[in-house]
Amino acid sequence: MPGAPWKNGRGCAVSDAGRLTPGQAILLALVLGYLGLILVVPLAAMAIRGLEAGPGVLLEVFADPAAREGLRLTLILALIALIGNGLFGVAAGLVLVRHRFLGRRLLDTLVDLPLAVSPVMTGLAFLLLYGRGGWLEPWLAWAGIKVGFAFPGLVLATLFVTFPFTLREVAYVLIELGTDEEEAAVTLGASPWQTFRLVTFPNIRFGLGYGLVLTLARALGEFGAVLVIGGAISGQTQTATTFIYNALEERQEAAAYGMALILAAASVLFLLALEWIKRQRGKEK
Amino acid sequence: MSIRVSHLNKRFGSGAGQFVAVDDVCLEVESGELVAFLGPSGSGKSTILRIIAGLETADSGSVYFSGQAADHLHARSRGVGFVFQHYALFRHMTVAENIAFGLRVQGKARAEQQRRVHELLDLMGLAGLGERYPGQLSGGQRQRVALARALAPEPQVLLLDEPFGAVDARVREELRHWLRRLHDEVHVTSIFVTHDQEEAFSVADKVIVINRGHVEQAASPAAILDHPATEFVARFIGDANVYEGVTHGGYVAVGKLQVPADGLPDGTPVSAVLRFYDLKFWKEEQGIARVVRTMTLGDRVKVEAVIDDGPVIYSQFPRRSSLLTGIEPGCRIHIEVTLARLYPQNAAAGVTVTAA
Repeated sequence: MPGAPWKNGRGCAVSDAGRLTPGQAILLALVLGYLGLILVVPLAAMAIRGLEAGPGVLLEVFADPAAREGLRLTLILALIALIGNGLFGVAAGLVLVRHRFLGRRLLDTLVDLPLAVSPVMTGLAFLLLYGRGGWLEPWLAWAGIKVGFAFPGLVLATLFVTFPFTLREVAYVLIELGTDEEEAAVTLGASPWQTFRLVTFPNIRFGLGYGLVLTLARALGEFGAVLVIGGAISGQTQTATTFIYNALEERQEAAAYGMALILAAASVLFLLALEWIKRQRGKEK
Repeated sequence: MSIRVSHLNKRFGSGAGQFVAVDDVCLEVESGELVAFLGPSGSGKSTILRIIAGLETADSGSVYFSGQAADHLHARSRGVGFVFQHYALFRHMTVAENIAFGLRVQGKARAEQQRRVHELLDLMGLAGLGERYPGQLSGGQRQRVALARALAPEPQVLLLDEPFGAVDARVREELRHWLRRLHDEVHVTSIFVTHDQEEAFSVADKVIVINRGHVEQAASPAAILDHPATEFVARFIGDANVYEGVTHGGYVAVGKLQVPADGLPDGTPVSAVLRFYDLKFWKEEQGIARVVRTMTLGDRVKVEAVIDDGPVIYSQFPRRSSLLTGIEPGCRIHIEVTLARLYPQNAAAGVTVTAA
């Protein structure tokens, strides 16, 4: 995934004066048609349905305590994922790229697991460990900690599904960066912390930022894992996405569309942020 | 500061893929000297340089700075300036910030940083470029910034790893002059790594020829050219014909060509190294070889001939040399060996035989 061409912030090559050959025109039409069908039209439909009842729908969402609570929970979870996986991503990226140790290849493969595994399975696995009758449940119960169907479970699930993003982006930039600049800093007398703060970090900051926005987007949108481990208990473990699901179940379509609209607006912001980071990155090269 | 390297060893990898990069290397660099490590790529010269800098750890052996063992010193405490082949400039910092970096991390006052930056910008011919970013500079300018950055904390030793490898020929020439002039001004003990003989010989006070992780010869450029210590040096420095043979009656026979081998007992297996420019060809019907081709290389002409009952031999002459008169493909020639170097196989030292 790192290094995919759409991430490098460069525009695609267009033949002179923007004129397309018939072949290019067909290809472009196919791409645009595809994007329209699976991306633009559904989002537009949702926006229209949501707003049909008037902008009051949004206010309704904020008036409903369950919706407010769900939104608040999702934001807290996203923030925890942001901080936790921001730190983890940088540390693990450095370890994976800069260190050679036994089992590095295995670890390198394992960190992509959350991308490959269905979130529902993730939730199930956590339930097996922490849920009623789970392997760790007796100890946790003894310590008075409840993980399954409680906030800690949601945190674990969110951290798990979001952790590859910062790590992958940071690792990719670190590989591209090489060790020359860091070695130069060391020969000039910089301590390890100075080297990281003054040389490594400024070089990975856009990669990290990109990874953080992806983390945030994934955390806000996570559904399966938080549903299974959390159970979507209204006012307790119901997140923004599980709120939408429950609202639809209960035929409160306006509430569902309102919440979906809020999440969609956040997505647009994330897209803009990613675009900005790509531009900044491009400028620095 | 003088540098001494004693019995250095370094291997990379393990098992079957193991690679001996440095093999029992001992060498010395006097204080204030400008020394070149010359060798083919993969010969271990960069690894030795990185061990001296503390960027790499030796498996065994020691590095001494002014007689003091430096092995326990971390790279950041060695007081070594290092210049990388690909500049390794901090791309998010301006030229001035790059140069000031060493002083900054050592906690020097801002005023002092700025004074030193201006001094170095002037010294390096970079005045007015302080606010630029590395991406806005040419290759030659970048390498001068890298040099200025390495020099800013006033290192005791300057180490340059293939410093001119990444720039084009004309700029390389210019940077060589820079380095030489700079060294004459600053007098910091310097070592640079190169695979380019011309670069080593034109810039350095002393050249250390390195091959397969060990030192072949350490001497002045003239001494290496005139008295190559080993067969490798003789082959590697300058263009040469190399023949294997056995001495007989004070000669080694290469086809009909008799290479003088005075002082070696009969029956000694040797490698005979004949530099292109240590041979004279002249046209003679009763000669011992036939010219196959002549190639014009700028100001010189390279002549390829086949020795009767023997292999191909090359020589090289100045374009306007009288020796070239009448030499053309198909003509017969006589060959005179003005200087031959013979290396008895399985022996360390060679024998130079000058024809009377």
